[in-house]
Amino acid sequence: MRIPLSWLREFAQVPAGATAEDVMAELVKVGFEEEAVHRPTDSLQGPIVVGQVLSIVKEPQTNGKTINWCQVRVVPEGQQQTLTGDGIDPSGVQGIICGAHNFVEGDKVVVTLPGAVLPGDFRISARKTYGHLSAGMIASVRELGIGEDHDGILVLPRIGLDPEIGTDAMELLGLYDQAAEINITPDRGYAFSIRGVAREYAHATGTSFTDPASRVQAPAEPTGGYGVKLNDDAPIYGKPGCDRFVARTVRGVDATRPTPPWMSSRLRLAGIRSISLPVDISNYVMLELGQPNHCYDLDKLSGDIVVRRAVAAEKITTLDGKERTLDAEDLLITDASGAIGIAGVMGGAHTEVSDSTTNVLVEAAHFDEVSIGRSRRRHKLPSEASKRFERGVDWHVANVAAQRVVDLLVELAGGTADEAGTDVGTAPDAVTIALPAAFASDRIGIDFTQEQIVTSLEDLGAVVVKNDGGWTVTAPSWRNDLETKEDLSEEIARLVGYDKIPATLPVAPPGRGLTRVQQQRRRLVQSLAAAGLTEVMAYPFVAKADNDTFGVPTAGTARQALKLANPISEEHGYLRTSILPGLLEVAKRNHSRGFRDLALFEAGLVFLPGETPGTATIPPLGVKPSDEVLDALYDGVPDQPLHLAAVLTGHDSPAAAGHTPRPWDWADALDIARLAGDVLGVEIVVSQGRHQAFHPGRAAQLALRSGEVLGYAGELHPKLLAAHDMPARSVAVEFNADALFEAAADVIVARHISSYPVASQDVALVVAQEVPAEEVLAALREGAGGLLEDVALFDVYAGKGIEEGKKSLAFSLRFRADDRTLTAEEASEARAAAVAVAHERFGAVQR
Amino acid sequence: MTDTLPGAAIPNPLDEAAITAAVDQAVAAIAAAATLDELKAVRLAHTGEKSALSLANRGIGGLPKDQKAAAGKLMGASRGRVNKALADRTAELEAENDARILVEETVDVTAAPRRRRAGARHPLSTLQERVADIFVGMGWEIAEGPEVESEWFNFDALNFKPDHPAREMQDTFFVEPPEAHLLMRTHTSPVQVRSMLERELPIYVLCPGKVFRTDELDATHTPVFHQFEGLAIDRKLSMADLRGTLEHFARQMFGDEAQIRLRPNYFPFTEPSAELDIWHPGAKGGPGWIEWGGCGMVNPNVLRAAGIDPDIYSGFAFGMGIERTLMFRNEVGDMRDMIEGDVRFSEHFGMEI
Repeated sequence: MRIPLSWLREFAQVPAGATAEDVMAELVKVGFEEEAVHRPTDSLQGPIVVGQVLSIVKEPQTNGKTINWCQVRVVPEGQQQTLTGDGIDPSGVQGIICGAHNFVEGDKVVVTLPGAVLPGDFRISARKTYGHLSAGMIASVRELGIGEDHDGILVLPRIGLDPEIGTDAMELLGLYDQAAEINITPDRGYAFSIRGVAREYAHATGTSFTDPASRVQAPAEPTGGYGVKLNDDAPIYGKPGCDRFVARTVRGVDATRPTPPWMSSRLRLAGIRSISLPVDISNYVMLELGQPNHCYDLDKLSGDIVVRRAVAAEKITTLDGKERTLDAEDLLITDASGAIGIAGVMGGAHTEVSDSTTNVLVEAAHFDEVSIGRSRRRHKLPSEASKRFERGVDWHVANVAAQRVVDLLVELAGGTADEAGTDVGTAPDAVTIALPAAFASDRIGIDFTQEQIVTSLEDLGAVVVKNDGGWTVTAPSWRNDLETKEDLSEEIARLVGYDKIPATLPVAPPGRGLTRVQQQRRRLVQSLAAAGLTEVMAYPFVAKADNDTFGVPTAGTARQALKLANPISEEHGYLRTSILPGLLEVAKRNHSRGFRDLALFEAGLVFLPGETPGTATIPPLGVKPSDEVLDALYDGVPDQPLHLAAVLTGHDSPAAAGHTPRPWDWADALDIARLAGDVLGVEIVVSQGRHQAFHPGRAAQLALRSGEVLGYAGELHPKLLAAHDMPARSVAVEFNADALFEAAADVIVARHISSYPVASQDVALVVAQEVPAEEVLAALREGAGGLLEDVALFDVYAGKGIEEGKKSLAFSLRFRADDRTLTAEEASEARAAAVAVAHERFGAVQR
Repeated sequence: MTDTLPGAAIPNPLDEAAITAAVDQAVAAIAAAATLDELKAVRLAHTGEKSALSLANRGIGGLPKDQKAAAGKLMGASRGRVNKALADRTAELEAENDARILVEETVDVTAAPRRRRAGARHPLSTLQERVADIFVGMGWEIAEGPEVESEWFNFDALNFKPDHPAREMQDTFFVEPPEAHLLMRTHTSPVQVRSMLERELPIYVLCPGKVFRTDELDATHTPVFHQFEGLAIDRKLSMADLRGTLEHFARQMFGDEAQIRLRPNYFPFTEPSAELDIWHPGAKGGPGWIEWGGCGMVNPNVLRAAGIDPDIYSGFAFGMGIERTLMFRNEVGDMRDMIEGDVRFSEHFGMEI
């Protein structure tokens, strides 16, 4: 909302020298936000004066254009020019070249004299052009920054002005005024008016306020006016769509009269374009009183006005010229011809006022917030009217606003008001709130005096009556946001000042610190970063194909994923089921910025919907749902486990003197998972894996000892890397971190440390090429029995000396007993037992 | 090289002057040996079998019996001197040699390659942890919840009326199908509702996490960002307790000089509601108040939705943006730096914030 200061001043005590910034600073105190300053003089400087064209000499040019060489008087005849400066003629007559042709000798115009500055830093000076010294400019509204009119220069009599020559045109056109633009929270509909903001300004400054509504003399109960019926047969939430409709008639209006500059300049500063006098009046009254209203061309109406819901598929052409198909829930203003307006949102084109309109029907009505809001959303028609109705308009100001429009149509458009008028509808009950005496003080923490409480509420316009335990407060009709004692406590605090609230620090009961999972997550992320990986955070929005590739191991299986109804980009319209697509994008971005050696990771949620996500209905607000309903809500929220993923590409370290970096390979991807297992104390079981996003021969499946699959690690599929413009041999890992956290032991039980000597033995086993080393190792461990302390694979060999299709795996076994020194025989026996199991399972033969 | 010095006669083991001369000669040669190899040669020359002293010593056997004792004493002392000189010199040269090897092994430590390095945390997650730690230190607990949420938890339970403009102003991402009433949470407040439903009273929790709004990415907006919200529900909490908590937190975060300011505002879930500003002495363009977040006293309808009696309990809540905090605390000028994942951004912060 933009507040022209001259307008605010009519109703509030704004100091003479106050700027828009000063006004905003006051309004911030009572809960508005600063938005912007609108001040024509920031880009416009005089001297800009009224001039009269004395003579015009038309001079055709070789390019086919004709220019006018004009003599323009800029001081009253017989007076001396008091301005001085380069290009200002002491005679009071300026020679000016002008290309426009919409004026004649004798016209009064706006002259920007040398030294003036126009918007766009356009500096006016005397300059030679078309063979003359042109000393100034005859201005158009566009050049002055006050309109978009291209049709030539501004001829003052045509906007109803006949000022004295030499008058300051900036003053005349209201260009010294300025506006403060503030942001209004959605609960404060009343503040979308000069009336509301002036009252708030008075609260902020502790000064007096004149209610603009009080200046208007509206008839209490007019009768005999235009026929209006309120026929809402489908109220929303039981509230009638229209509960007041005021109609007034003004005849003999001249709709072509210019809008006076004081009005158009205020509208302009308020951000409203000047259209025509009746429309400008309508908008002016809306801004002043907060009551949207409408002017119909009376002669285009037929029959009674009926306010009703639309019939399905009914149509209307709105003011913006668009035909709209209506919904049965839309509230309409209709006459015998059909719909003539979507109530509170936009009027119809057929009955709008035009230049030829002479008789006007003024409407000021009160509509239900919800109904208007829904129509506005349905038709995507945000308007100044709907903005106010949705937030709530004062029921009691409708007749006042109608009267104000009537008065202005009479005063400015030459109309005559009918005595008769229409005012139908029923006032809503006033809201009364019981405010216990101590409530506000307890809630705010300020020990308010009774006087502070009563005065604050009365300043708002509330009626306060003392009762036994406190007060009964009747909220003002324009404050539909005041419904509870909490609302009143805010108002009291706001008017007394939030800066008066003291600071006390409440002490929480003994806390339990971070949860186990929170600690595990921190340790995991911290450890990976300490191990050399860089944490990133990608958006969770992905393409369907990404989920289908990364989210399921087997190609051709579509991934169940959540789709956004309104994504930022349709291409990335799904929620991720894997971290890797986003991570690859980040890797690619870094790669394209010249970073070739990358180790990136992200820990984030993935979204795994079940069969039927969500709930068909949601319970109402303000009451605790039943356990069954709550359970359904909980169950409807899709599974969202924390995944951890990493992408490695390039080398493990930068090249340096005396150091050859090692290229990351598939084993590094596995190591990240194992490192995660190490720092959480969970064993990760690796097996040969298959996942469509990975190299078919270089992927590992990661699982818990229980068999639960955690994820995959290895080299990414070469084709996929090529498709993502990523270097070949890039590797990745992704696993379900939540599952890993859960698998961690609650208590780790200590193991006996034997101090007897170790007996080490090596064994080389020949097995078929496809036998996984991990499984041979497991067989050895199993066969070796309790004496085995550790076993490790230290060599893999195939080639000369080994049969085709076989490989040799060399293991070192470390034996130790808890209670004695092992003999060589005991160790050899254990080794033989280990080999026997490997032989039995895989046909392993000792080399 | 021969075992005797050229031209040297075999001294008489009783000739004290000749023996002393031979000893002096040997000691001088030992002292003059510059390397262990030279010393070895000197040792052979002066103590070897054919050296003057050895030969003289051997001559004792041919002496008359009564002279043997004197000769033995002289020769013993003389050879002792030589051997001691040899041992001393050997130790000296060995020490020199050891030292020289260490000197030769000197490297230019400034040319060392960097083989291992720490990676980096994302500053948003580090900052989130720091905030959490401050509240944990105050006895609060950290609560978390899902990012895709039921509309009820995100809106209705928080007193957003179904048709109120405030609901629309949240710029919500909805999940298909609309009948399922699922959305991307627009704030971490649904976690507050879950906490109220699931926890014992009184409640003091901080809810950090990712939230979503349909804003296009630019220098100051991002559709995915992070918040931390606090919720305290207890008997007789007031707005003064809210201010005290925020002030304490601001001082933990920005130092003892930190100041906060509350301005009236509107949120459906709090009444009264306030905007929270923080004084930023180092702001670009001069010191000033910076909008930090929103706060207020929990609306009784929110308590009712969680089955808490607003006549017995009251509470306060607050919420701030982590991105915004990072922007003014660490002078990050462009939101996109936090989003793009450029390694230079995270690596500059490393493991700290």
